Amino acid sequence: MALTKSDIVEKVYNLGFSKKESVEIVEQLIEIIKKSLEDGEDVLISGFGKFCVKKKSERRGRNPATGEDLMLRQRQVVTFKCSGKLRDKINGALEE
Amino acid sequence: MNKLELVSALKNATGVSKTDAAKVVQIFFDSMADTLAEGERVEIRGLCSFFVKEYRSYTGRNPKTGDPVVIRPKRLPFFKCGKELKERVDED
Repeated sequence: MALTKSDIVEKVYNLGFSKKESVEIVEQLIEIIKKSLEDGEDVLISGFGKFCVKKKSERRGRNPATGEDLMLRQRQVVTFKCSGKLRDKINGALEE
Repeated sequence: MNKLELVSALKNATGVSKTDAAKVVQIFFDSMADTLAEGERVEIRGLCSFFVKEYRSYTGRNPKTGDPVVIRPKRLPFFKCGKELKERVDED
């Protein structure tokens, strides 16, 4: 089963916070991460990875459905770079 | 922003102690890492989702020497930006 916000809230609840506080703390944490990226600031979590904001310049694209040519405007996207530690952890079972 | 700054910001935003803020940040990222290590998906609404992609073994080449090298099977996490985050980062 996929991990969702409520699973994380449950773990925070186990630290001894009320249900309401747990939800609020997790929501705040997510909001801080979003705000930082929105402001163009990368979020670097050692041992996990780095969330980066990348500027993409304008380019020619095509509508894959109609084949129509169009111009894709300059935009900003979020990318994620996995840390070596996380990569090793995910591959742990394969190494043995 | 790094992990310490995130802890500090969480402490200020919620009023929890620094120790608790650090625990929450650790729980947040550890849960995601543990889930991915089990090959499961992560889905945090509005922020992002992750899934693990499996690559089979293949014969690659050393780009410098051209020598064939056997690449062992591997798994890599794939990141997908959430709708809300995507829109907020790209506004204006």
